[in-house]
Amino acid sequence: MNIFPDEVIEQIFGYVTSQRDRNALSLVCKNWHKLERCSRKSVLIGNCYSISPERVIERFPELKSLTLKGKPHFADFNLVPHGWGGFVYPWIEALAKTKVDLEKLKLKRMVVTDEGLELLARSFMNFKSLVLLSCEGFTTTGLAAIAANCRFLRELDLQENEVDDHKGQWLSCFPDCCTSLVSLNFACLKGEINLGALERLVARSPNLKSLRLNHTVPLSALQRILMQAPQLVDLGIGSFIHDPHSEVYTRLKNTIIKCKSMTSLSGFFEVLPGCLRAIYPVCMNLTALNLSYAAGIHCRELIKLIRRCGKLQRLWIMDCIGDYGLGVVASTCKDLQELRVFPSVLIGLNGPAGVSEKGLVAISMGCTKLHSLLYFCQQMTNAALITVAKNCPNCIRFRLCILDPTKPDPDTLQPLDEGFGAIVQSCKQLRRLSLSGQLTDRVFLYIGVYAEQLEMLSIAFAGQSDKGMMYVLNGCKKLRKLEIRDSPFGDPALLTDMGKYETMRSLWMSSCDVTIGACKALAEKMRRLNVEIFNENEKVDCSVDGGQKVQKMYLYRTLAGRRNDAPEHVWIL
Amino acid sequence: MDERSRNEVSPQLLDLIPNEREWQMNRNEGKSSEERKLELRLGPPGEEWSLGGKMKNTNTEREESLLSLGCFPSSNMSHAILSPNNGFQSKASPWPNYHHQGNNKASSPFLQLTSTPPVMGKEASQNCCPKVVELQNGGGGGDSKVFSPSSANTAVSQPNTSQKRTAPAPVVGWPPIRSFRKNLASSSASKAPPESQPEQHNKVAGKKPVDTYGNKGLFVKINMDGVPIGRKVDLNAYDSYESLSSAVDELFRGLLAAQRDSSAGGVHSKQEEEKAITGLLDGSGEYTLVYEDNEGDRMLVGDVPWHMFVSTVKRLRVLKSSELSTFTLGGKQEKISLDSAMK
Repeated sequence: MNIFPDEVIEQIFGYVTSQRDRNALSLVCKNWHKLERCSRKSVLIGNCYSISPERVIERFPELKSLTLKGKPHFADFNLVPHGWGGFVYPWIEALAKTKVDLEKLKLKRMVVTDEGLELLARSFMNFKSLVLLSCEGFTTTGLAAIAANCRFLRELDLQENEVDDHKGQWLSCFPDCCTSLVSLNFACLKGEINLGALERLVARSPNLKSLRLNHTVPLSALQRILMQAPQLVDLGIGSFIHDPHSEVYTRLKNTIIKCKSMTSLSGFFEVLPGCLRAIYPVCMNLTALNLSYAAGIHCRELIKLIRRCGKLQRLWIMDCIGDYGLGVVASTCKDLQELRVFPSVLIGLNGPAGVSEKGLVAISMGCTKLHSLLYFCQQMTNAALITVAKNCPNCIRFRLCILDPTKPDPDTLQPLDEGFGAIVQSCKQLRRLSLSGQLTDRVFLYIGVYAEQLEMLSIAFAGQSDKGMMYVLNGCKKLRKLEIRDSPFGDPALLTDMGKYETMRSLWMSSCDVTIGACKALAEKMRRLNVEIFNENEKVDCSVDGGQKVQKMYLYRTLAGRRNDAPEHVWIL
Repeated sequence: MDERSRNEVSPQLLDLIPNEREWQMNRNEGKSSEERKLELRLGPPGEEWSLGGKMKNTNTEREESLLSLGCFPSSNMSHAILSPNNGFQSKASPWPNYHHQGNNKASSPFLQLTSTPPVMGKEASQNCCPKVVELQNGGGGGDSKVFSPSSANTAVSQPNTSQKRTAPAPVVGWPPIRSFRKNLASSSASKAPPESQPEQHNKVAGKKPVDTYGNKGLFVKINMDGVPIGRKVDLNAYDSYESLSSAVDELFRGLLAAQRDSSAGGVHSKQEEEKAITGLLDGSGEYTLVYEDNEGDRMLVGDVPWHMFVSTVKRLRVLKSSELSTFTLGGKQEKISLDSAMK
């Protein structure tokens, strides 16, 4: 095994970058374990409570890049009570204390505070990249600390965070000597920024490739910025309201033409009909387009735009595009790999009635390279799902959300078991699946039998009995995350295979039929699981009888034992 | 094709298309040992897009064994509910015949299902809806009482409300959208005037909303590449892209032939030279139908729903299909270069 000297093996390991591959390397033998861990630069901790920061640092002393995920996925939909957890401060503190040479920190669904950001900014001299996804708890003051102190900052990427905007001058805090920015995304911020500071920052950042503005940045500023940065590859437009006959518009169009490298567009938080023609010049080069925040664009305009985007690989759009519009996508965007269609009903638009199974089928026929799908629709049929399954056997992520979550096939009035069954059977590489519509236990049988690569399954308002959940737990060998809400799965299902949960990252069950007694039994038996129970914001009565049903349960495997930062209303068994 | 006997066999090989009887109208029963190819042909809403058996012929052994007929007593369900005239076969929409491969069971690496498969017979189908109701009422405390019996029944009794926007009672966390999206500026929405709504609604009826035109004709000019004489068409006379397309064919067929005739030396009679102009809408023909809309943009005819088209079209053109890619980049684009050249 050890024919080569360690230095050579280490060199070879340098080419292996995927975390899973490196994990595999470390299991080969003790020597490889040692070599691997000492040379590992980048670590992903999928559940911040599964292990303590100290242990991570101890194992990987050369750590440069850390990714942490905190709250369970359903926190995105307000199902996790406020204050549940996911605090990053202890991690930053531990990293600072042990003098790790941290360069990159990426956090998802965590609670970040200004103190944490300030500590981060002061502690790591070579810090280069901060990416925050769906986080909360910080303000622009924390951002100012990052801007002011991270001299070699390359990336500040804020996506869909809840940030308290003190409308301060955080952008002005980037020192004049900071010229290293490659990516700046503040689209989620609600407050105004100093436009002059922004323009100067862009002007002195020759490497800037990605810039996403928030809705307060007006068109005139956008135009000036683009003049300074025609090399941009990815642009997030803030406000895009203009008069198509004005000089501002003409100037903008002329400026945009010069952005020959631009391949990705997003934003459009404010846009009026007729405004989009200004971006026509860059459409033919676009590989990624996100119009899912643009509430004011109508079907016809979307179609005109899409017709020009022959190279699209990733499209996020609202359902105002309609089935018809999706037909245009299908015939135009032959390279499409990822499609997300979001519902416009939520923002009170009175437009046409969204999308249905017809649009999805059209896409599946035209876009043969499709592998990732998120589709919010009015209805779905088994026949359509079967067709999609056959047309897109390479699908990796399939997330369907019918707005009425228990709606059966409207043509046959049958549950959608057969349709989803076809999906899991045909898409052999399927890793992520979200179900909706009327579903019996049968769909879970299909999933258990066929979905061999499935890693994440989301279930809502589905199934008839414990068997449903048991089929999944029994069958899906690679399952890592299972999240269930409002489904009739109870104690027998929960307790049928307790060891299974140690092979998974986590299990979420809310509004199901699981009782406190069963959760206690599980927690008692499986010491390496944390079983947490919570209700909406009331303290759970620990003395209550074991037969009481649990409102929300979240369990996850852990080597860190019980956590001690849980609020009162979260009961850790 | 004895499904009953296979009922007792275990491990169960699953039939994902248990209602195959209904879905294979054209083939004979009892063809179990024959090889069938997976074949799907399909067309999206009301249009002939690229059809064709561009089907993935799934040939792996695994696939074959997977698709062999299983045993779910769904046949009970299917008899009860699906008849050849029901379900999707009866519709105009071209859901295809679905054939699947024969019963080469072979050894299948299947999961041994230790429990008997759920009996999904008639009772399941009938209980589905009531079960849903029970589920909601029995489920987690205080969270949601969404699916009151009335709404469940509504779903059952009105299967074709596909075009209407459903307004489900609010459930916490449903639909699963991040708050960020829910809080999207409705300021944009309020500024934007709603586009003519009836597009989708009237798609079914095939009739235009009244206000845009009354009894007067809606004449638009139409020109064709290679034919010096333009014509006019009355769009009110048509109710779909297909009828417009055949009208264009009739209109120009003769003229085109005459044109060719004259350039070829005028020896042959007109009759022989007349060739139908086909494939105007899907790019498959020698010519393609395009139009200019009220915003000055050139569009492919067929891109937007019919009613939207009629209300926004200003003139029509029949272009040579080979000219298509350049046309989309022309027009406005040229205008800009001119502008910037002048600056």
